[in-house]
Amino acid sequence: MTDKVYSEEEWGEALEAAKDHYTKVYVPQKEGDFHLFRDLKEGARPDFKFENTRMSAKGLVYPQSMRMFECNMDLAAEDASILKEDEKDYGPRVVVGIRPCDAAAFTIVGRNFDNPEYQDPWWVRWYEATTFVGLGCSEPCSTCFCTSVGGGPFNREGLDVLLYEVDGGYVARSFSDKGEKFLSNAAGGRDAGEDELKAAEAVAEAASGKIVSSVETDNLLEKKQLDLFDAPFWEEVGFSCLNCGTCTYLCPTCWCFDIQDEVHGTAGERIRNWDSCMFPLFTLHGSGHNPRDQKWQRVRQRFMHKLKYYVDKYGAGVQCTGCGRCVRYCPVNIDIRRVAKLMNEY
Amino acid sequence: MDNPYLPYPVRIERIVTETEDRNLKTFRFVFLHEGDEEKFAYTPGQFAELSVAGKGEIPIGIASSPTEKGFVSFTVNKVGVVTTLLHNMKEGDVMGIRGPLGNCYPWERMEGRNVVIIGGGFAFTTLRSSIIYMLDPANRDKFKDISVVYGARGPGLLLYRDELAAWEQRDDINMHITVDRTEDPDWKYNVGFVPAITEQKITSADNAIAIVCGPPIMIKFTQPVLEKLGFPPENIILSLENRMKCGIGMCGRCNLGDKFVCKDGPVFTLAQLKNMPPEY
Repeated sequence: MTDKVYSEEEWGEALEAAKDHYTKVYVPQKEGDFHLFRDLKEGARPDFKFENTRMSAKGLVYPQSMRMFECNMDLAAEDASILKEDEKDYGPRVVVGIRPCDAAAFTIVGRNFDNPEYQDPWWVRWYEATTFVGLGCSEPCSTCFCTSVGGGPFNREGLDVLLYEVDGGYVARSFSDKGEKFLSNAAGGRDAGEDELKAAEAVAEAASGKIVSSVETDNLLEKKQLDLFDAPFWEEVGFSCLNCGTCTYLCPTCWCFDIQDEVHGTAGERIRNWDSCMFPLFTLHGSGHNPRDQKWQRVRQRFMHKLKYYVDKYGAGVQCTGCGRCVRYCPVNIDIRRVAKLMNEY
Repeated sequence: MDNPYLPYPVRIERIVTETEDRNLKTFRFVFLHEGDEEKFAYTPGQFAELSVAGKGEIPIGIASSPTEKGFVSFTVNKVGVVTTLLHNMKEGDVMGIRGPLGNCYPWERMEGRNVVIIGGGFAFTTLRSSIIYMLDPANRDKFKDISVVYGARGPGLLLYRDELAAWEQRDDINMHITVDRTEDPDWKYNVGFVPAITEQKITSADNAIAIVCGPPIMIKFTQPVLEKLGFPPENIILSLENRMKCGIGMCGRCNLGDKFVCKDGPVFTLAQLKNMPPEY
């Protein structure tokens, strides 16, 4: 597989050139106080001076809000009230500068959206259309704990290309056909030499040592679901929770959604929106009964799903990549690392 | 790529108001497009999402039997936004159905056994499907005795009254219809709650499987009666309901532990439920 090296300037030009081959080139852009993925504008340069984007890249494959179907509500029309799939752009796109934790999250989420029985047509098509170009974390955050959930600051899971920041530029290594294609589309740069690859590996090695945070998950698989469900600590864990849903919206591995219909004049549409298990409406029955009536029960659901149900269902570890967003942005400091420890030691 | 969220277009062929409070109506649908009925091949116990464009979808058990050809039917209680709109729709209107979804009653396990069906209130829909299915001449020999305990609050709240009366006349099904109370002097059937009638009428758990569908309070008090009769938890079959959206195990809201009511259920044995978080 190809290894290339680009200077800072060449890299900007390379992305400019890549725009001819992809319908979207998503890069981190600073908006207000934080970075988000945005389509690279003509003549603009990507901004790689960030720890991580505030929102993960999950919305690029699984939009926060999206029309599933449209429908003519004019009852006189022949096709009235019949839902139809609308036209969407499934052309090739590339996400450049995604952190390895957020790329690995797509593998986790894919087990839900692309399973042997059902395939979510939008997730699958957009995921297949996307090339992921990761940016290794030379300087991880204090809340990162990727190395204890199967990842790392230069982990390749879910990536087609990985970028290493080296003196004055980037070493780009590809590991897939999509990655090879991207490097040929990202014109410019030159083949990386032995020394440059060594320098890149040294950056990666040093980064691993900078991860200071960890979680314990080794006992979770062997625990009984009902034992953990009935554990005495849930009311205390959820006591301060506001059920704001910030954790679920920022989480790269949370995938729950709602389906709602809207009508504007004679145009009807069925829409899919991200939803959150933190909200009481999420499970409210038509009868008024709610199986997760109490907020601590909803907090329990979130942690049990990530750290137990997912573990049991797929046998592929926890539903968490250690990005640390929920730890940093929870307004009341509920910390998944502490909850994992409580569960792991119970 | 097949889109599992896209409903089949259907036309409402017939609407029957089932109960005197007019809160339950049975909708009979015919598929608009040739071939869709075959694609919607279902087994009793499964459900579907009824889709009213512009309002939303609701998960409803299939009340018709696969032995009834040319249509599918659903009995819908008027509860929320979509069901209220549905109750205002007319014969001939076009809407959608998506499915079939979920698992079904354990038909293979039930073959060669006595079948005890216990239902309460409006949770009799998939049980109606099951009874029609078992009584079909092609299937009746596969099952031994079929006993049915079905109760509602009053005579006017029983579903499918014409069919219940017809089944009462047959000798290949033991019907035990009951109401909580009635002032009707001509009431020919039982008076009493479902658990009590079950205790009186069902005498043996030998080689039998019980399917129980009804309000939580009925299930709660029927369970000890069945256990006393000797039904082991793996032979007590329940069908659950939870709030649903996708119906295919993706949207994340109807889970009990690592199982989804929509995809792994809605049918579970009591033995399974005893090992799952009781979030239903």
